[in-house]
Amino acid sequence: MRLRALPLNDLRRKPIRTAALTVIALVLSAAVFGGEILIKSLQKGLASLEERLGADIIVLPEGAENKVDLENILLQGTPGYFYMDKSVADEIAAIDGISQLSTQYFLVSANAECCTAQVQIIGFDEHSDFTVKPWLKEVYDGSLKDNEIIVGAGLSTSVGHTLSLYGVECKAVGKLERTGTGLDTAVYTTNDTVKRLIQASADRGIAVLSKQSPEDVISSVYIKAAEGADIDELAISINTQIDGVQAVRTKTMMTETADKLNVISKSITVLTAVVWGLAAVIMLSAYYLTANERKKEFAVLRTIGFSRKQLSRLVLTESLITAGTGGITGVGLTVLVIVPFLKAIEQKTALPLLMPSHITVSLYGAAVILIVLLTGSASAALSAYKLSHIDTGKILREGC
Amino acid sequence: MRISAEDISVSYNKKDRIIKVPDKVSFEPVSGEVTVINGRSGSGKTTLINVLAGILLPTEGRVCYDETDIYQISDEKLSAFRCENIGYIPQGASALANLTVMQNILLPSALAGKDNVKFAEELLEMVGLEKLKNAYPDELSGGELRRLAAARALINSPSVIFADEPTNDLDDENASLILELLKAQAEKGAAVIIVTHDIKAQAYADTLYRMDGGKLQSYGISAKEKEDIYDTA
Repeated sequence: MRLRALPLNDLRRKPIRTAALTVIALVLSAAVFGGEILIKSLQKGLASLEERLGADIIVLPEGAENKVDLENILLQGTPGYFYMDKSVADEIAAIDGISQLSTQYFLVSANAECCTAQVQIIGFDEHSDFTVKPWLKEVYDGSLKDNEIIVGAGLSTSVGHTLSLYGVECKAVGKLERTGTGLDTAVYTTNDTVKRLIQASADRGIAVLSKQSPEDVISSVYIKAAEGADIDELAISINTQIDGVQAVRTKTMMTETADKLNVISKSITVLTAVVWGLAAVIMLSAYYLTANERKKEFAVLRTIGFSRKQLSRLVLTESLITAGTGGITGVGLTVLVIVPFLKAIEQKTALPLLMPSHITVSLYGAAVILIVLLTGSASAALSAYKLSHIDTGKILREGC
Repeated sequence: MRISAEDISVSYNKKDRIIKVPDKVSFEPVSGEVTVINGRSGSGKTTLINVLAGILLPTEGRVCYDETDIYQISDEKLSAFRCENIGYIPQGASALANLTVMQNILLPSALAGKDNVKFAEELLEMVGLEKLKNAYPDELSGGELRRLAAARALINSPSVIFADEPTNDLDDENASLILELLKAQAEKGAAVIIVTHDIKAQAYADTLYRMDGGKLQSYGISAKEKEDIYDTA
């Protein structure tokens, strides 16, 4: 007989009570951990998008729907396209306060047999680019050759493998870092390859979404302001000096998105707090009711020679075992559910999600387990006090 | 070990009236003897042994084991002292439902940091529970539960044993077994204090007390009376 085994014995002999308390702890930990990971993934996804865009200003064709389309491309990965005359880029370049400028051309692959998948195809200018190449996870040697592409992290195509677009086998030579945004499902290539793709679709009689060549049109212009330049003023200058375009501050666009995400984050936080409060109340009630049932048992332990401290420790150890088991299982199950399904959650919720690093997840997991342990032991503290301060003589005499 | 209770009183508030039960009781059970305290229900017998056993703080008076006033020491020290020196057989069923018979018996020794498995097996044999050592209390009869409580109280070979109605609701065979066991402990040098209604228990008494209205009165019992009780039993 080992004294240490006493709490385990007690728990084993009351399987329903033990299971119920463990499940409550599990639900609590899964809710807190899952909620926290989702919030952090949202925040990281958004931060990643902001960092990834790397531009202070994005210029796109005038029209509210174009801005919505761009947001959909960036956040949800919904393929889209819009065009403006290529000369716009030269006009913008003439405005003071610009350090870097790079254009992109958006094309959408068909959702047909000719293409492996419907993806956003982005033609970019390799020489002026400052938004794509810095995020290459697997760097290719030299510049993109004909029919070579760089793929987003969300596409299953690995470096060295090909992706069929309009019947053209495009070889993936680079893969980008995961951003948790719509950019993860995009394919990047040169404007020459884009032209070839458009031609291939025409040759095959497939109605391509654009008949406009990247030689004539562009979809967006990414601008990095010169050091010391006023970005707001620069955006205003573009909007006033150039017709048919809208210059959007990346930060403004991000702020709008961040506001939307904040609402979601707050909802998750409130929901988590409600689950936490409910779990704490249920645990408190369960331990309190249990304390009434166990008075006689504790009176007997007292006659045997258990001190008040030892009795409190016994109750707290039992609560720590159930809370710990539930907490660890909850975190484990959440990891098992969230990690593989984050992509699905991202697509379902149309939100940029980027899982925090393993270390961060582990730290959150440990913190959540600690929170559940504290909640469990705090809930048991009242009954621990009650049971350790019972009137032993009275209980033994009355037998209850 | 010298045990002395001096002017013990425990006050209760009953219907706006303060009553004292026991009321200024002084008592010195003797080591090596069986002391039987009888009396009507509510006379304060159980309260007295609870005070003596260190589980109920008296309103007045003091309880000393040798020179130590047990209510002047910390709860940890008192609990440890109780574990090693006091055996307590509570009234009614007192087995711990989550432990087997063997685990129940071994618990006080585990608490004292001892390994008394061999002695526990001897005790199980003495109380006739050796075949039930792995059973749980809900598989035991009332008599078996009382025997289990007695065996558990003896595992640390305490110098003082308190038994509260140890033969209540037991058949003669089980009652005699427990009383014999307690008598044997007294013969080994322990001070055995039995609180009971049971007239048969008086036959095992070296000293007999009667508790009435919170007061403790000592009276003797003749050899003839003992014999008569034995015969009746």
